[in-house]
Amino acid sequence: MTGMGIVTSLGGGKADNWRRLTAGESGIKTVTRFPLDGLKTTMAGAVDFVTVEPFSSTGLSQRLAELATDEALEQSGIGSKGDFPGPLFLAVAPIETEWPQRLQVARTIAKKDFGILDFLAVCGGGQFAHYHHRFTFGSVALHLAETYGTKGSPISLSTACASGATAIQLGVEAIRRGEADAALCVATDGSVNPEALVRFSLLSALSTQNDPPQAASKPFSKNRDGFVMAEGAGTLVLESYDAAMARGARILGVVAGCGELTDSFHRTRSSPDGKPAIGCVRKTLADAGMEPNQIDHINAHGTSTPENDKMEYLATMAVFGDHTPNIPVSSNKSAVGHTISAAGAVEAIFSLLTLEHQRIPPTINYEVPDPAIPFDVVGNTARDARVSAVMSNSFGFGGQNASLILTREPA
Amino acid sequence: MAEPKEVWITGIGLLSSLGEGLDAHWEALAAKRVNVDDKRLAPYIVHPIAPVSFDAQIPKKGDQRQMETWQRIGTYAAGLALDSAGVKGNQEILSRMDMIIAAGGGERDLNVDIAILNADAQGNQPPGFLNEKLMNELRPTLFLAQLSNLLAGNIAIVHGVCGTSRTFMGEEASSIDAARIAVARIEAGQSDIALVGAAHNGDRGDLLILYEFADFALKGPYAPVWARNDRPGFAIGSAGAFLVMESREHAEARGAKPYAKLTRVVADLAQRKQPGAVTRSLQAMWPKLGVSDDNAAVITGATGAEPPTAEERAFLGEHQGLAVRATGTTFGHTMEAQFPLGLALAALSISRGALYPGNDPTGFEVEKTGAPTQIVVLGVGHWQGEGIALVEAVS
Repeated sequence: MTGMGIVTSLGGGKADNWRRLTAGESGIKTVTRFPLDGLKTTMAGAVDFVTVEPFSSTGLSQRLAELATDEALEQSGIGSKGDFPGPLFLAVAPIETEWPQRLQVARTIAKKDFGILDFLAVCGGGQFAHYHHRFTFGSVALHLAETYGTKGSPISLSTACASGATAIQLGVEAIRRGEADAALCVATDGSVNPEALVRFSLLSALSTQNDPPQAASKPFSKNRDGFVMAEGAGTLVLESYDAAMARGARILGVVAGCGELTDSFHRTRSSPDGKPAIGCVRKTLADAGMEPNQIDHINAHGTSTPENDKMEYLATMAVFGDHTPNIPVSSNKSAVGHTISAAGAVEAIFSLLTLEHQRIPPTINYEVPDPAIPFDVVGNTARDARVSAVMSNSFGFGGQNASLILTREPA
Repeated sequence: MAEPKEVWITGIGLLSSLGEGLDAHWEALAAKRVNVDDKRLAPYIVHPIAPVSFDAQIPKKGDQRQMETWQRIGTYAAGLALDSAGVKGNQEILSRMDMIIAAGGGERDLNVDIAILNADAQGNQPPGFLNEKLMNELRPTLFLAQLSNLLAGNIAIVHGVCGTSRTFMGEEASSIDAARIAVARIEAGQSDIALVGAAHNGDRGDLLILYEFADFALKGPYAPVWARNDRPGFAIGSAGAFLVMESREHAEARGAKPYAKLTRVVADLAQRKQPGAVTRSLQAMWPKLGVSDDNAAVITGATGAEPPTAEERAFLGEHQGLAVRATGTTFGHTMEAQFPLGLALAALSISRGALYPGNDPTGFEVEKTGAPTQIVVLGVGHWQGEGIALVEAVS
């Protein structure tokens, strides 16, 4: 990894994010982007300091991705402007026409009590053609591929909360196959809109501890009650080690291993025995050729939902056994919220910064530890530690499990 | 680097507007049958899924209830593919089988949407009205029926395909890349066996909105793809198309028979703002296939959208010997399923030792006798993304 860029609710760029994350600050606020009447959850980690006109979640996702990618490419120094020498792998939320646009179109219908055919009748003719271009699933990847000159067919992907990790994994595989010397792995999510909030809320997945908002996300705490939706983006420039060395690039860290294993238990819940997560972690260790005792920090999925955090502890115990208490564990989601499609990449970047600074960011709001989860949680204040290998986990909806092991030097 | 492994197609699952299974498709193609509905969403033309009892592949009603039609189509076709490969229920293989799905989004609750839009149009709604309508009227589990990666999730739950699971998005290109990445992984030894496919339900007013924004939706009367000169556009189609791909050695070790081998998949992102970009993209990709025979056949997913269809046709016109078949005429445009449908029909044709007859009043699709040994599959996105694959007889 030779370049990284990040935007979260804590701010834009690595410097601000790292400073605020390690200071124990939160990016979660009461939502101001739209009216909150009737909503059970009223806070989120929205990125309000970035604006797009006219607003759409897809447009915001694209803008966040650009900001993160600009930062990553500048750091990496690879290629030249608009000419990235490798493929694009983009983790992005599923896209559809959004409510403001739907409402705008409907307001042009003259008839009362209209139906879908009346709606369709006003869609064509060209006045809304830009909405086709904006809301096709491939639109963000198309824009990024054209802007950065990535090579070949860009891949947009969704593996729910593991998407960011999957983007990195696809990049790693392409480089290992020798198809490319470099890959641009981007993960972005700008989904804080009323329908997304409602949909997660209807699944009882979100925290409703709205006041104060910055205390809502409390992974591994006994009184945790759900995750907090958030926005952000992370970009990583991956290069083959040899190619990076040959061009004298500064190497920020190495993807020592990646692994993935599907959970077929339930659409939203993890298998209670944690078997798929256990298998995922084991595959990742095997891919890296490492033993459990070589992992000295876990950047947890740690969503702050009652089920995930417990399952994650059980799975970790099953793999790491007696070594578990020796591993400091932290969840970045306590501070930035759950950036969903972006989370895997955002957290990989925080893991790399942990390796660089030899400092583990805290899990904030850790006031009432859950006795059922006796992790060595890095609670509330950052901890200096010797860290040479970090495991970053992503366990998501639809049984999507993916893990990464990041190291300072090749294993 | 080791010699790339040969990739075999050992399983095919098809459910479409023509019916289910390989025999039904083969017979319908031979009879030039087309299942088109020009009334339900008139003036728009759609190809609805053929009547099917989902129980055969999705035995639990509870599972069916958690899905919308696109997921049922996909989960069903995935089951057919596993059956056809002889791996259904084989836990040892399924637990390490890789899965790459190409997916769009699932059905919205159109009644809720239209009610909200009507209420808004009448004016004077309170500020939180959208929130309250959505909170009160959306079915909680509908989200799971809509999320792109939940087709893969349902296939894992119903059929136990549990190695890796990746969902690619981005209309037509997503399925070209799904095949490309699966082949690359198997060739390189990163994967032994993979399930690759997509599902699309064309009988959806909510889906038409996006395409009608840019006037892509075909309005009646129905016409074959090559006969839409004056009225370009596509009729959205319905299909689940899945393939089991595996390395030759993995297939041989378990005694599996191939339908065909998948020799190459190449994808591109042409700069479509420039006229002729699609033609040039196909010209550039063609030599990479190593098609040795200008008498090869082409199964194309040509959509009927312009200008890409004309640009594709210009390319095909440079290869006069090719017998071309456009799936769009028969199946409509199945979007993410476009490319796996083409691959499935190519592998089926090779395994049956014949190319099915053309269905084209303009005479562009010429007849071909004899057993095809090479079939090229073409996928040109209606808006972006191009791809090409070579399916060959196993020697």
